[in-house]
Amino acid sequence: MAENSNNKRRDFLQLSTVTIGAVGTAAFIWPFLKSMNPAEDTIALGTTEVDVSQIEEGQSITVKWRGKPVFIRKRTKDEIDEAKTVNMSDLKDPEEDVDRVKKDEWLVLVGVCTHLGCVPLGQKLTDSKGEYNGWYCPCHGSHYDTSGRIRKGPAPENLAVPPYSFLNDTIIKIG
Amino acid sequence: MSGNSEPRKYKNPVLNWIEFRLPIISYFEKEYGDYPMPKNCNYFWSFGALATITLVTMIVSGIFLAMNYTPHTEMAFDSVERIMRDVNYGWLLRYIHSNGAAFFFIIVYIHIVRGMYYGSYKYPRELNWILGVFIYLLMMATSFLGYTLPWGQMSYWGATVITNLFSAIPFIGEGLKTWLLGDYTVGNATLNRFFALHYVLPFVIFGVVGLHVAAVHVHGSNNPAGIDIRSKNDTVNFFPYMLIKDTIAVCVFGVLISAVIFFGPNLMAEVDNYIPADPLVTPAHIVPNWYLAPFYAILRAVPDKLGGVALMFGAIAILFVLPWLDTSKVRSCNFRPMYKWFMMLFFVNFFVLGYVGMLPAEGLYLLIARVGLVYYFGFFLIITPFVGWIEKPKTLPASISDVYLGGGKESPLPASQNEIH
Repeated sequence: MAENSNNKRRDFLQLSTVTIGAVGTAAFIWPFLKSMNPAEDTIALGTTEVDVSQIEEGQSITVKWRGKPVFIRKRTKDEIDEAKTVNMSDLKDPEEDVDRVKKDEWLVLVGVCTHLGCVPLGQKLTDSKGEYNGWYCPCHGSHYDTSGRIRKGPAPENLAVPPYSFLNDTIIKIG
Repeated sequence: MSGNSEPRKYKNPVLNWIEFRLPIISYFEKEYGDYPMPKNCNYFWSFGALATITLVTMIVSGIFLAMNYTPHTEMAFDSVERIMRDVNYGWLLRYIHSNGAAFFFIIVYIHIVRGMYYGSYKYPRELNWILGVFIYLLMMATSFLGYTLPWGQMSYWGATVITNLFSAIPFIGEGLKTWLLGDYTVGNATLNRFFALHYVLPFVIFGVVGLHVAAVHVHGSNNPAGIDIRSKNDTVNFFPYMLIKDTIAVCVFGVLISAVIFFGPNLMAEVDNYIPADPLVTPAHIVPNWYLAPFYAILRAVPDKLGGVALMFGAIAILFVLPWLDTSKVRSCNFRPMYKWFMMLFFVNFFVLGYVGMLPAEGLYLLIARVGLVYYFGFFLIITPFVGWIEKPKTLPASISDVYLGGGKESPLPASQNEIH
């Protein structure tokens, strides 16, 4: 009887020691893992303001936001129509054009292919715009339309729309 | 003197003193002096030694490069150019290191081909094979990290594409990617940690190589006939026979790598990496290093992001279970009339995958990559188990010595070599 309770006592001590040890080790490892996440100053570099008054219809500019390229395009009438008339069932990642813009003529996108992170072509007038008249990623052949939606190729999602707002008619704040 | 009670194994008293306290002398004697090597081993058996020597060369040249390299996005590219132009013999150190990496992979690929063709991965050397695949994985990680350091266009975009592979993982992918990068894109935090990891991983590789060698020495080396050692007559001592043989291999290797370092140092380099990294412009063609290209071809052959990533990692992971996929008891392909040709085709297929992995993924190249992908997995999952069941192997020689008496075709040495014993 005495021996039995002694064994239970040992089991309890062993189990609790191992548990505390495991929790302690995990708690010790956490700061090391966490230190690899973006630092405070990296997170703080969050917003960019852009003056878009010089952009003509049909032109695009590329600005840098959080180290990534952001495409700002003043779309033509044809491009807007093209983007609005697409049948949702033709889309890999269905999204209405109205949900992707704040003003019809201004399209703001993160210029990073959702496949493996290359910068798609289509910003310069001489670039290939792909089969859907938007952007074309040369790395692995993804085609985006005039709303930056994925239409063909390996990319799984549409080009992301960053958080942005119009401070007035000509200044966009990204972030 | 307290030495009276100590055993006197060696003539040299210093060696005896050390041996009594740490039996390291007898360890080296056993593992590298008297270690019995099958006497029919051909020059394929020199590639393990070559790989070890290359690893040491890479570590040494890397340490000296690190003395002049600056891991900062603003300064990395220029510091590499300074190594090339201003640091004494900096160009030599860098070309040894960059070409050494390529040759390291050539050697290790030949070493793997040796292991596969002669069935070195089979019982009782499975763990040895697993450790080898680990080394190969660590090498791929290390070379990828190192390729980022010069901070050229290929460095930057290679790092972007590879780290984006992790974003394919459902739910945690995006967070994992940011955690790996330490930023929202490849940036200074990324370069810093890649440098730290590139410095430390080779020492990890060195440790695993130690286990890999220790493991092979437990049951002894395999040989071209793939049969076990039966008597002392089947072997020669590592010293001096294999040491001399390996030394010749090292000399030939030295001539080859020197020819590249001095006359074609950029043969295996990408021109685009001499353009400083630009986060706003992607090069038209992102190409991996040729030694990783077969896996890149597999990634691009699949028209789905997660699927491509899964198959690419699967292509490496499947190597771990090869010992259990192979159902044949016969080790050497010399005695496996069917599997031999499937094996040869596998090597050719891997080479072709690497070739199309360097070319744009479109049209015929894409088709070839898809066929290659099917054969790659088909070889492991279907051909390897089934051929093992249906194939009738040739008669194995009774012993390694018999290989010479019976005039076995696979014998690389003339029969007169037998007279040594």
